[in-house]
Amino acid sequence: MARTRIAALVTAAALAVGLTGCGAADMTRQASPYADAKGSRTVTLSTQSWVGAQANVAVAQYLLEHELGYRVDTVQIDEVPAWDALSQGRVDAILEDWGHPEQEKRYIDDKGTIARGGDLGVTGHIGWYVPTYFAEQHPDVTDWRNLNKYADEFRTAESGGKGQLLDGSPSYVTNDKALVNSLDLDYQVVFAGSEAAQITQIKQFAKEKKPFLSYWYKPQWLFEKVPMTEVKLPAYKEGCDADPEKVACAYPHTPLQKFLNARFADGGGDAAAFLKKFRWTTEDQNEVALMIAEQKLSPQEAAGRWVKENETTWRAWLPA
Amino acid sequence: MTATVTPATPSSSTTTAAGSGVLRDLGRHRGRLIGAGAAVALVLGAVLLGGGSWPAALAVDLSGPLDRTSDWIIDNRDGHPLFLYFLGHVSNAVVVSVRAVYLVLLALGWAGVTAAAGLVAWRVAGVRLALTSVAAFAVCGVLGMWVPTMQTLALMAVAVAASVLVGGLLGLAAGLSDRMHRILRPVLDTMQVLPAFAYLLPVVLVFGIGVPAAVLATVVYAAPPMARLTALGLRGADAGVMEAAASLGATGRQRLLTARLPLARKELLLGVNQAIMMALGMAVIASVIGAGGLGDRVYQALGSVDVGAALAAGVPIVLLAVVLDRVTAAAGARIGAAPARRAGAGWAVALATTVVVAVAGRLSDRLAWPHSWTVDIAGPVNGAVDWMTAHLYSGVPLVGGTADWAARFTTWVLNPLRDGLQWLPWWMVLLAVGALALLIGTWRTAATAVLATAAIGVLGVWDPALDTLSQVLAAVAVTLLLGLALGVGAARSSRMGRALRPVLDVFQTMPQFVYLIPVVALFGVGRAPAVAAAVVYALPAVVRITAQGLSAVDPAALESARSLGATGRQQLFQVQLPLARPALLLAVNQGVVLVLAVVVIGGLVGGGALGYDAVFGLAQGDLATGLVAGAAIVCLGLMLDRVTQPTERRGLAGKGA
Repeated sequence: MARTRIAALVTAAALAVGLTGCGAADMTRQASPYADAKGSRTVTLSTQSWVGAQANVAVAQYLLEHELGYRVDTVQIDEVPAWDALSQGRVDAILEDWGHPEQEKRYIDDKGTIARGGDLGVTGHIGWYVPTYFAEQHPDVTDWRNLNKYADEFRTAESGGKGQLLDGSPSYVTNDKALVNSLDLDYQVVFAGSEAAQITQIKQFAKEKKPFLSYWYKPQWLFEKVPMTEVKLPAYKEGCDADPEKVACAYPHTPLQKFLNARFADGGGDAAAFLKKFRWTTEDQNEVALMIAEQKLSPQEAAGRWVKENETTWRAWLPA
Repeated sequence: MTATVTPATPSSSTTTAAGSGVLRDLGRHRGRLIGAGAAVALVLGAVLLGGGSWPAALAVDLSGPLDRTSDWIIDNRDGHPLFLYFLGHVSNAVVVSVRAVYLVLLALGWAGVTAAAGLVAWRVAGVRLALTSVAAFAVCGVLGMWVPTMQTLALMAVAVAASVLVGGLLGLAAGLSDRMHRILRPVLDTMQVLPAFAYLLPVVLVFGIGVPAAVLATVVYAAPPMARLTALGLRGADAGVMEAAASLGATGRQRLLTARLPLARKELLLGVNQAIMMALGMAVIASVIGAGGLGDRVYQALGSVDVGAALAAGVPIVLLAVVLDRVTAAAGARIGAAPARRAGAGWAVALATTVVVAVAGRLSDRLAWPHSWTVDIAGPVNGAVDWMTAHLYSGVPLVGGTADWAARFTTWVLNPLRDGLQWLPWWMVLLAVGALALLIGTWRTAATAVLATAAIGVLGVWDPALDTLSQVLAAVAVTLLLGLALGVGAARSSRMGRALRPVLDVFQTMPQFVYLIPVVALFGVGRAPAVAAAVVYALPAVVRITAQGLSAVDPAALESARSLGATGRQQLFQVQLPLARPALLLAVNQGVVLVLAVVVIGGLVGGGALGYDAVFGLAQGDLATGLVAGAAIVCLGLMLDRVTQPTERRGLAGKGA
């Protein structure tokens, strides 16, 4: 069996080389080997690791499959590599992007391999948060000027003698190290290394009603489980985060964007038209995200429930 | 000062381990010489170089050139001839082959695949394994993981075939030509200690996210053991047989095909077995770069902190690994036995049955695993994990919760170790590495170790590397402590040995991502969970090697000790452990290498340092950070491997004496 399989593989490989001949083989035009197994039309969506993004993808996938008759593949990729994959056509669309000016310039303006897909309808915001139970006891903690006063309360074994500012996945946009420096805070940024680790840690803190200070973002389903209050940082002004080493202001409010592979945007038919029109609200997204993350429904089940209850919303997205 | 504490075990043992007579004298002599040399260098260093971390003047900043390389690749990927006419075809061939295997598996349907697996196992290894295989595939279906399992299987089949081909050819070259052997050996040695995460970034940059990149990364990881074992098998061919073949007038080609390769069958099969295990070990890690299949399910489940779902996808990987391991091992064990009569007929029956089952499945329209036959284990598992973390995390009477232990471990072990290492003057670290490597190995291993350490400094990541090193040392110490205790237990009580075996099997093959969440839930975010994950990963190998080494001790030696009235304790400490010293040293070496392999995983739970940099590079597509961290991890691995590798010198010294 093993031998025949190897022989078959070698033949297949030889055939592949033979078929493509000595011509050029453009890697950017290759599909996934798992895609399109029955000759149906396939769309590949990038799903990022956070649950809000999974909710977008789940609902888009559900509607593409049940209403428009597509087959949908999802690939989990980090934010920046996802741009690269989108440009190469490995994925057809990113449904939630938090702003990557460098990549936008390279792939949209210079190479023209990615096209804009419009607003998602959700506004994202990054900030520093303390648990509400702590903020209620110490109302002045929500101003950054008072943070040093509480550094002791936020201390952990990892943060040395300083207070701990918990950061998450390395793929997320963060200026926290620079912020701590420029604002002269007595804090140490501790990188959890992944969102999963960060959420687990926050939940453990919350279970014991311990104080913590964490980098976090909205919309996020965890707020429903662990109520958190934002700490006010110096107000955001256009361009105040231009030099990443010296940022001393809060994070902006970002209208989240959709992006499509340029070829797909032109020739993607109903699917591309649908994804361009896809637009919902923060509450909608949270509803689905919470079903996935807290009730542990599979993304498809969660999407199915939402679709059943919100027909007026998604009818408008379908191409006429 | 802390640096010398942990590695003291190997250094003190080797002076006596060197053997008897001349060797021992030499060993003692060496020890004294090295000590004197180190003392002189210490004084000189203190006077001439002073203290402090690695000097900035000796570091090279690679970020400029690396960023330019990265930009060039991205800009030319869809136009440059190198990509269009070479790499593009490679990528294409991979896609087409994986697709071919995947379609065959889908066409067979779940019944056909399960039947085929059972029948192959039956022909190769007998009825018991056949039942195990059928059960394993059925469980994959029951867990609702049939399609991802087939995707992973298709990818694995192609990756293993390519690894066997590439590894076999390299091994052939190294086995037949001495020069190739000399060139290839250091390369293969290095690849052996290369953590899988370290080279995902360059592969993904060239091939983009997706199956081709995943397959190629897997091949790079799985081919070296095949090459190594092929070379070993060819070089170990019986000289007498070769002589006989030559005297019969066989040509070089005939000798290779009819004598050398058949004689090396056992090693070749072991190579295939190793390649399969390594490839499966990569299945989850490769999902980070878009391998799809089971690994992707594990990875996605982590996003919603869903241990149960991650486990449901992790179990099929473990089952595949166990089945494939047992079947190939059984095939290896049967080599040399007379071929059974009517073997051909048996295979024909197997083939016919598979076809019948597959066609029956197709006709009854049951290709996909029936949805009603799946069981959801995620709920109960999550319940159990929640209960465990809720009750163990803190406030346990008397001993305190796991969070308190983690905090204490960080404050009292990890912090002093890290600060101590970083406080040491840079040249003293090099000196310590060199002296230790010399004590245990040869001049050559010492030179490699020192150069590797210096390379870390030159790369400009001295401090994070020492941070990582402190975590590795702490994890190795814990692993050895637990591993030796369990290994001694398993060797002395066969019941305990039997009970431990399946547990070890599971932990060795369980994807590390699966226990990322429980580890954080128990120990919080930071370096302590990173150490815990490393211990869980490295422990099985250490236990196994220790137990094997102890059980292999000459029974006559034990018997004579017993007849002299030695107590069980005396037997253990004065006979068994000293006689098993080579195995124990191997356990240390393996422990170090395996612990380092999890450092990057540690980066995902707050371990920081090099592991975080590697993850950061991958997540941000930042070649300058990721590749430098990857290279530093490799250097660290080389250094640790050389410092703990005792076999080399004995081989050389034996030849000299």
